[in-house]
Amino acid sequence: MQYQSQRVAKPYFIAAIGLFVGQILFGLVMGLQYVMGDFLFPAIPFNVARMVHTNLLIVWLLFGFMGAAYYLVPEEAERELVSPKLALAMFWIFLVAGALTILGYLFVPYSSLADMTGNSILPTMGREFLEQPTITKLGIVVVALAFLFNIGATILSGRKTAVSLVLLIGLAGLAVMFLFSFYNPDNLVKDKFYWWWVVHLWVEGVWELILGSILAFVLIKTTGVDREVIEKWLYVIIAMTLITGIIGTGHHYYWIGTPAYWKWWGSIFSAMEPIPFFMMTVFAFNMVNRRRRNHPNKAAVLWALGTGVMAFLGAGVWGFLHTLAPVNYYTHGTQITAAHGHMAFYGAYVMIVLTMISYAMPMLRGREAANSNRSQVVEMWGFWLMTVSIVFITLFLTAAGILQVYLQRMSENPLPFMVVQDKLALFYWLREITGVVFLIGLVVYIASFFVGSREPEASVSPAPAEAGA
Amino acid sequence: MSQAFTKAMARNIFYGGSLFFILLFLALTFDTDSTLPSRDNHAAITEKVAMGKALWEKNDCIGCHTLLGEGAYFAPELGNVYKRFGSTDAIKAFIKGRPKNGIPGRRSMPQFNFTDEELDAIAAFLKYASEINTNNWPPNIQG
Repeated sequence: MQYQSQRVAKPYFIAAIGLFVGQILFGLVMGLQYVMGDFLFPAIPFNVARMVHTNLLIVWLLFGFMGAAYYLVPEEAERELVSPKLALAMFWIFLVAGALTILGYLFVPYSSLADMTGNSILPTMGREFLEQPTITKLGIVVVALAFLFNIGATILSGRKTAVSLVLLIGLAGLAVMFLFSFYNPDNLVKDKFYWWWVVHLWVEGVWELILGSILAFVLIKTTGVDREVIEKWLYVIIAMTLITGIIGTGHHYYWIGTPAYWKWWGSIFSAMEPIPFFMMTVFAFNMVNRRRRNHPNKAAVLWALGTGVMAFLGAGVWGFLHTLAPVNYYTHGTQITAAHGHMAFYGAYVMIVLTMISYAMPMLRGREAANSNRSQVVEMWGFWLMTVSIVFITLFLTAAGILQVYLQRMSENPLPFMVVQDKLALFYWLREITGVVFLIGLVVYIASFFVGSREPEASVSPAPAEAGA
Repeated sequence: MSQAFTKAMARNIFYGGSLFFILLFLALTFDTDSTLPSRDNHAAITEKVAMGKALWEKNDCIGCHTLLGEGAYFAPELGNVYKRFGSTDAIKAFIKGRPKNGIPGRRSMPQFNFTDEELDAIAAFLKYASEINTNNWPPNIQG
């Protein structure tokens, strides 16, 4: 670690992992409610468990992105953060506001929460993923602005690299697109149309810039490949992201009252959205193969390669499966969507945050470059348990989805929703069991922070180039 | 990637390409906005429908149901529930009749204790939603 102010990343990473645990626990609650409908009813109805599950995901990923930015930017800009104190203050504000919001979901009926927080003054609540009280949303804007100021001022007054500029564009885009969460017209079609400007243009737009930038940073550090090469790849990847992904928003505009031409725009452009993800996979493997040195942190390299593969599978392949309008006509709003959502979020965003944590945390905890071998082995067990689990969760949900589509929408005598749900119970049980394995993987992953910490750092074996010379 | 293709060229593709597609997206948005009045059933948005939408949001109905295919996949699609149930009265009766403590072993909608005025509003909102031109989605009445 070269700069003192990079230390502010540490609480962000710890909070991210803590909230991740909460997200998974509530995922298991929901998974059980799918097969035992009265579980925790009426204390924690499904919609409450779901908003806790999805909101915790979003918040912990944001903590991860912010931590990553605070760690990465000083090294890229070659200067200390403009204000580490502001970064720490924002950490506590964000954590307390986030915790209060989650407690509000759990302990107050949602409609009372809306009344208590004055939702009727500026109604923004009750829309998927944007369930936060308006006042929390305003708090997010304040935190985002303070964060952007801190990061932006550091980058612009220091060395400007492609990595840090792309990160800044991604983070600024994240903040700007979030502003559309305040637009909630009575017209349902317009509401949905602009709701996607937050949701789609986040995860299939600006977040990919953040992902690309963090991946490029970790690859520069762990492979020693020339920055020029890596940054060229980064630009090409994110160019393809926005070229395909912006008009690709159209794949959400097939059936919500928007004009029929979106079926063409959406199908054609979103069919190309896997391209940048495929390039990311090729990029990660290419750079590791061309490495100039062997980095002792093998776990971080594994996470980086895993991100490339799983983002392509989850976001790319599973997205493509149901993105063409004639297919989507049958799959829209089924377990197919859920399957895609799980692997895409894990493969792209969970894994990139864990990549960064894996790379940075050893240094933040006083190591030279890497954890001990024992710690890394445990971490890699966590990697495989979680990654294999999410693959199977996705496969089981996909099976459930195909069956659902057939029974409810394609067969001679389409069956009612709830009748079909009963027939899918086997797959929901398998998903739930796999979810428990995921939780075990997460526990193993967390254990890796506590094992082998008194053992010496993993050592470096000579790089292929050096060994061959 | 070959040496002839430089980082500066890649950067220019990023900035140029992004700008072009942002502008194209804005143009399509503008066109959509001017086409919507013929499709979005906005004439039906009365005060009651607006109240229904506010109640829909205030009770986080989207956390279990889908509406025009978007939302959670735990409970039935409601974009066409007016057509499936056949009347606003049937919708109101269903919401009103939910048991307070659920149904043993099964998924059940909570009892929200809505007033008659609120029930009217929610049913009116769902009727309005069912009359939006959705390019013929969902494929059948089951949603």
